[in-house]
Amino acid sequence: MTFKYNNVYLNETSTVAGRLESEGPLSTKYDKVYKDFYMGTKTWEQAEIKMITECVDILLNKSDKKKEDINAFISGDLLNQIAASSYAASTLKIPYIGIYSACATSTLGLILGSNMIEGKMMNNVVVNVSSHNNASEKQFRYPVEYGGPKRATTTFTTTGAASALLSYNKSGIKIESGTLGTVIDSGIKDAYQMGAVMAIAACDTISKHLKETKRTIDYYDLVLTGDLGIYGKKILKEALEKEYGMNTNNVDDAACIIYNIEEQSVYSGGSGPACLPLVAYSYIIEEMKKGNLNRVLLVATGALMNTNLVNQHLTIPSIAHAISLEVLI
Amino acid sequence: MEKLKYRIIVDNNTPKEPIMYNAIIAFLTGGLMGTLGQALIDIYSYYFNIPTSQASIFMIVTLIFLGCLMTCLGFFDKWVHVCKCGLIIPITGFAHATMSAALEYKREGIVTGIGANMFKLSGTVIVCGVVSAYVFGLLRYLIFGG
Repeated sequence: MTFKYNNVYLNETSTVAGRLESEGPLSTKYDKVYKDFYMGTKTWEQAEIKMITECVDILLNKSDKKKEDINAFISGDLLNQIAASSYAASTLKIPYIGIYSACATSTLGLILGSNMIEGKMMNNVVVNVSSHNNASEKQFRYPVEYGGPKRATTTFTTTGAASALLSYNKSGIKIESGTLGTVIDSGIKDAYQMGAVMAIAACDTISKHLKETKRTIDYYDLVLTGDLGIYGKKILKEALEKEYGMNTNNVDDAACIIYNIEEQSVYSGGSGPACLPLVAYSYIIEEMKKGNLNRVLLVATGALMNTNLVNQHLTIPSIAHAISLEVLI
Repeated sequence: MEKLKYRIIVDNNTPKEPIMYNAIIAFLTGGLMGTLGQALIDIYSYYFNIPTSQASIFMIVTLIFLGCLMTCLGFFDKWVHVCKCGLIIPITGFAHATMSAALEYKREGIVTGIGANMFKLSGTVIVCGVVSAYVFGLLRYLIFGG
């Protein structure tokens, strides 16, 4: 389902990133970087909570807003019971909506926030996502110090948090439309092949978005998917070309931009809810403000994985939500 | 999109794992570990003047200690990344799996953290080891009479 927005604007964004991200190609673009994995706290989970609160504080400072001006804080992460977001919300004291859509949480949050602003129910909404590599590894995979051999298709969860302020107040970048994705069963059971699990959902959402808005893919200067990795990106491009007959020159993936894959030990690229917004809210927004990009479609992809059900040999479902950003001329 | 068609696209774009290369690396590094173990047995039995059976226990304890120490110092996971199963299959891998899980959960407390999660990875090894020891011991008794 695609929503068309007339009065929703992206006023400000903020990003905080971990050590490996700060050593990547976008090192100078983040508002704050941390040099260790604990960030001055005792555990990785607490570090993630700290990242969210600091990221929102930076956003409010940059946009010159007070907490009282914000109507809702929409946030999600990968921890069980979206704990990092909830704990951060308890210190922020802003009315809170906790959401989960795995790595597609960022665009889901943007769609929900935009809907409420377009419906004139709210004026200012902060949308946030975060992920912490070590905390996610602990929850979904093996202990961090174990470091067991992984396949080349494995993706590496990014450490960072990214926030966006949505408002009805006019700014340079407009949220033009958003497409809510449907859950697709990928038919894949392998939790180390997330790119392949999610690429099919990205295909589905991109094609639905283009169909419902009566556009071709060339309408956009850039179609940026979330965290497919180098192999997932190849799968997506081939599927779009063969099955939907699209030209995919303007399709790229945030997982391949955030790290220097050749030099950093990150397997096939980044992943996690923070992967797409860390790239989009820093680098892509900057390019849009410079005038190098005018129309961008962000397609965050999420593998709705549960370790128990993967062990019960069920296939992994996936989802993708798309949001279209346009520079106001 | 049809699942079958998608599966073909996925298979076209999935890299093949270098199984032969991994096996050779594991063979060489695992062999080196074995050589180290044998050297330790020889050294212990020669210098402490003890039988080989006792020296092999000393060797196992030494390797477990070294494995745990290197895990705690943060080297072992980097070595595993290079050596792969050459370091995981020997006794060092068992020590490493147990110690890494204990380190991971130490903030959740001694009982609910370390105690409950220490054997998260290596528990399977213990269970399979005990069960197979029982089965093969029984077979040996039945076939060869003890």
